[in-house]
Amino acid sequence: MKTAQHPEQAAEFVANDARAHWHDQALWFVREKRDRMAVSLPEWEQLRDTASQIKLHTVSRMADYLEEFERNATKLGAVVHWAKDAQEHNEIVLSLLKKIDAKRIVKSKSMLTEECHLNPFLEEQGIEVVDTDLGERIVQLRKEAPSHIVLPAIHIKKEEVSETFHEHLQTEAGNNDPNYLTEAARNHLREKFVAADAGITGVNFAIAETGGLVVCTNEGNADLGVSLPKLHIACMGIEKLVPKAADLSVFLRLLARSATGQPITTYSSHFHGPRPGGELHIILVDNGRSNLMGSSQFRNSLKCIRCGACMNTCPVYRRSGGHSYGTTVPGPIGSILAPSRDSKQHKSLPFACTLCGSCTDVCPVKIDLHHELLEWRGEIRKRGQLPISKTLPMKFTSWMMQSPWLFGVVGAIGRWCLRHFPRWAIYHGLNPWGKQREMPESPKQSFRELYQIHESKKASDE
Amino acid sequence: MSSRDQILNNIRNQIVASVDHPGLAGEWIRYDDRVEHYATVLAAVGGTAHVVDSAEQILAELNQVPAFAAAKKVVSLCGEVAGNVDFAQIDDPHKLEDVDFAILPAQFAVAENGAVWVDDADVKHRVIYFIPQHLSFIVPAPQDAADAIVDNMHQAYERLSFGQPRFGTFVSGPSKTADIEQSLVIGAHGARSLNVFFLRQ
Ligand code: SF4
Repeated sequence: MKTAQHPEQAAEFVANDARAHWHDQALWFVREKRDRMAVSLPEWEQLRDTASQIKLHTVSRMADYLEEFERNATKLGAVVHWAKDAQEHNEIVLSLLKKIDAKRIVKSKSMLTEECHLNPFLEEQGIEVVDTDLGERIVQLRKEAPSHIVLPAIHIKKEEVSETFHEHLQTEAGNNDPNYLTEAARNHLREKFVAADAGITGVNFAIAETGGLVVCTNEGNADLGVSLPKLHIACMGIEKLVPKAADLSVFLRLLARSATGQPITTYSSHFHGPRPGGELHIILVDNGRSNLMGSSQFRNSLKCIRCGACMNTCPVYRRSGGHSYGTTVPGPIGSILAPSRDSKQHKSLPFACTLCGSCTDVCPVKIDLHHELLEWRGEIRKRGQLPISKTLPMKFTSWMMQSPWLFGVVGAIGRWCLRHFPRWAIYHGLNPWGKQREMPESPKQSFRELYQIHESKKASDE
Repeated sequence: MSSRDQILNNIRNQIVASVDHPGLAGEWIRYDDRVEHYATVLAAVGGTAHVVDSAEQILAELNQVPAFAAAKKVVSLCGEVAGNVDFAQIDDPHKLEDVDFAILPAQFAVAENGAVWVDDADVKHRVIYFIPQHLSFIVPAPQDAADAIVDNMHQAYERLSFGQPRFGTFVSGPSKTADIEQSLVIGAHGARSLNVFFLRQ
């Protein structure tokens, strides 16, 4: 199966120039809000260091902490399940729902359930799953996937939301006011909350020491979804653990500031055990995470707290849109996580990067994102997965650069061609560099020639 | 082998260098005037802070809030203000669906982010923090409002303990979303407004 690669999918997005610019600006706006929040705390860098260390420490003792978490969560009355992979996760959820014959489910944002494709799985079984985060509901009604992990509908314009709501929620045609549209969604989703048989949430943090979970939202949808029905299912990747409750101080200070430039999310809810008369089931999912732990290069990516800051700042993400990555988690971190699952399918992602390093600068847990992306490029070459369009020019360049004479000749030809060839001979399909930008102006002389002239002038002056 | 054991074994088979926990000591931010800083941050996230000395004052302030004056169904879990719903008698949280206004006690506030901490130790239905159209918190302040406000989240966690089955949450401002073109809209699913009263005693 040939899977579409990033450049092709990005080409579709940039074909609409105005939209690409609008998208770029919207994300940059969020990035600027993040900056203002970061500078408001003099201890920002210390927080990042501390967060990074806590996560590395947790990964280094992951098995112990998972067992400690399981013990404590069970003591509180929660039921802990373990899932090796997506399939097992989905089956556990289904069996829990079947037990109480649940037909209507409300779900708050969870990248893990996206990763496991839980919704289509449950829908096939005749179960209605309603995503209750406004952005997620918008993309769900439009039958799309989220294009960002924190701002799922960042690629959609309000006119389009209006059309979608007009069709599904019978809102006034042509009313594009975000207040009006949000109010319509509020009323629509209230009905769903009240009618739900069970609530599913993701997990932002799980605390080994106490057996508790923390879920952060701005809308309050996770909380509403699990405090009306009796069954709460919480789905989490094993990397969400932190050792102690006090460690959350560091992470909650960083998360919302990095994600959306807020001092904290509106609700940061701590669930310890089920509510009286209710049930809490926690599913711990591996799905490839434990394999990442063993790799000293890519272990770092397990520190990620899914704040999305690396996406907001990434010049490639901003201009190519989340869908161009073809993965649940897009952007810089997604381009590291996806190839570690299937490097053949996602081989183009580590190259969707300018290596500018901006992601590394903003990451609240100090993942060296651009270094890891570079590592992945090497890895993909080693695995023989590079396309010929990359290997052939590299082979030629390597051969040419081994001979100073050849290098000089090719350089001179290149400079001459750039100056004298007609545009069509320079800007075409074989020169992707020239797609959206001008080639540099070609100088008459090479650096070497200029240097020689300078040296001989100096000698004659003396 | 169970999935549990497979996952744990697989993790234990990885060679991962041991890294120490860094500890949480630090020069974390403090504010000269916690009350003022709290009020500024809360306002920035869409809420309003008040410092009051009596129940009458709370009522006077609440009467200025249009949603309170118009509220038909009011839940109050604070002795200072009367509600008209017998919360203790409610058996099913779904019956709280049409609550217009709730006045609830909060334990303390956090200056750096405008949050208050609440839990369900004495609150039968935790949904009461999320389902009312509008919300007010009363935070007891021993002498000065500043006594009820910690500077930062590190101090906040020093005040919390999690030994038993319980739900607790930091609430910072009313419910909000910016999912439609990054335009901020207050009142996504939860409260449409939030007032926080520091009651000096
Ligand atoms: S890699 Fe860092 S910046 Fe990107 S989402 Fe994860 S924590 Fe945030």
